[in-house]
Amino acid sequence: MAKIFIYPTNSLILSDLVERFGHKPLAMMEKIREKITTVGVDSPPINITPEDPKHGLKYAAVEVPAGVRGRMSIVGPQIDEAEAAIIVLDSASAFGCMGCARTNELTKFLARQRDIPRLEVKYPRTEEEGKDFVYQIAEFLKSLPKEDEE
Amino acid sequence: MSNSDKVKIALVSCGSEYAGVQKELESAASSLNAELVYPEMDVASLDTIGQEFGLEVASPDLRLMMARAKAVVEGVAEVDAVFVATCFRCAEAAIVRNEVRRYIFEDSGLPVISYSFTERTTAATLLTRMEALTTIAKSKHLLARENQEGLTAGIDSGSTTTKAVVMRDDEIIGEGWVPTIKVIESAEKALQQALDQADVNREDLQAIGTTGYGRFLIGDHFNADLMQEEITVNSKGAVYLAKTQQGDATVIDIGGMDNKAISVQDGIPGMFTMGGVCAGASGRFLEMTSKRLGVDITELGDLAIKGMQKNVEMNSYCIVFGIQSLVNSLAKGATPEDVAAAACHSVVEQIFEQQLQEVEVKEPLVLVGGSSLIAGVPKALEELLKIDVVVPPHSQHIGAVGAALLVSGFVDKE
Repeated sequence: MAKIFIYPTNSLILSDLVERFGHKPLAMMEKIREKITTVGVDSPPINITPEDPKHGLKYAAVEVPAGVRGRMSIVGPQIDEAEAAIIVLDSASAFGCMGCARTNELTKFLARQRDIPRLEVKYPRTEEEGKDFVYQIAEFLKSLPKEDEE
Repeated sequence: MSNSDKVKIALVSCGSEYAGVQKELESAASSLNAELVYPEMDVASLDTIGQEFGLEVASPDLRLMMARAKAVVEGVAEVDAVFVATCFRCAEAAIVRNEVRRYIFEDSGLPVISYSFTERTTAATLLTRMEALTTIAKSKHLLARENQEGLTAGIDSGSTTTKAVVMRDDEIIGEGWVPTIKVIESAEKALQQALDQADVNREDLQAIGTTGYGRFLIGDHFNADLMQEEITVNSKGAVYLAKTQQGDATVIDIGGMDNKAISVQDGIPGMFTMGGVCAGASGRFLEMTSKRLGVDITELGDLAIKGMQKNVEMNSYCIVFGIQSLVNSLAKGATPEDVAAAACHSVVEQIFEQQLQEVEVKEPLVLVGGSSLIAGVPKALEELLKIDVVVPPHSQHIGAVGAALLVSGFVDKE
């Protein structure tokens, strides 16, 4: 089972696809769930406190807006942890969306900087493209080791 | 206004929840008996709203802002005011923030303010802005007052100075002005000065209004009838003193710690901006300059009038490095007159660049606050904007006058 970083980071479809092929998706929802269930932190709605954008300084300098650094404090560690990455390009907002174009650019860049298997695929606009889209992702996921080889 | 007792403020923002400031926004709103609401919109519209609005940006959350603004303007979301917020230092967001704010204000008539936040933004910073927003939304009747009645006092507890006035039947009969040291003691002194000048006993005052940074503290101390933020109070005081209560006006208030630029219609603030805490764009910079030149602050204006700011090279707007530029110029042979003019120009230029871009300047332009008395400041502003600047009488007491005027609505008419 490989840890797969997905982009858009909150895509339910992508996350589900990764799970179906026996891998672990590194998705934003999981981190947000952790945040909102953390006892003792009261900063609704997603419990991001002023400390989080400071943690984001590992990925972006202080002159980068707080909203970008706050997002990177969640996404950055997932990129670090990833063993493979799937990046869907030009997707519709409903497919998954991080909200901020600057964060998107930085996220994709950092994922590309990692020396890990990576699939970049365009978001499908027709049924035919849709089939090919799922096929490419499935083949990529099948090519990854399913269990830790020790 | 909507039926609920609470003022409903639509929060139109791009991911304030990711910047760690959401709690501060909620906290500032709830302390004013207001609630933040999030206008409903169709997710699918995010892919088309850019074209519809005419501003095609890459960030989906900025498109979300446009969609929410549209929901406010079209009445889909029933709200009393709008707070537009985006990240500080984001160029894309700054463009959308300005245009969304303008769109909401012009097409809905709702009071709207915008703000750019960092993770360090606190509820205290947001409070004055949100208080002004809720006052304009909720208490227009209070701001509709055009004449002062009875015997009232207004006290403005500012960051640098505390001002007080006593008014009787639409006339200022006493004034007090002291440096703010200990907030309550300074307010006591300022009020006493005003009472002495007016030859009035404190017990005879029919109502007291407070404003400025220390308004709550001194308001409790004096058992004030009105404790009100300085945006609405000062703009009211400005148009009252400048006798421009009807029609359009623009008020610029250069304070000791921050500046306000307010566009006013019929005496009620419309769009407004409040500069962040930056000493380089405040009266404090002029105070430092006068100290460096070895002249009293009251003499700086006359010096500036005689000088040429172009003869001095200012490398920074910062109070520390800006002063250093002035000192370097003196060392190179610049005259104190030129330095004084450059200091006035620097403060005004910052207000022009940072605040007046967000407020539509409509004449008359009324300049108030202590800095308005430094003649070089209105002159620099006139040169920059190429319009006449009105400095009304008692302009340094603007907050106190506004408070005394507004609080006269609380005077019992027997």
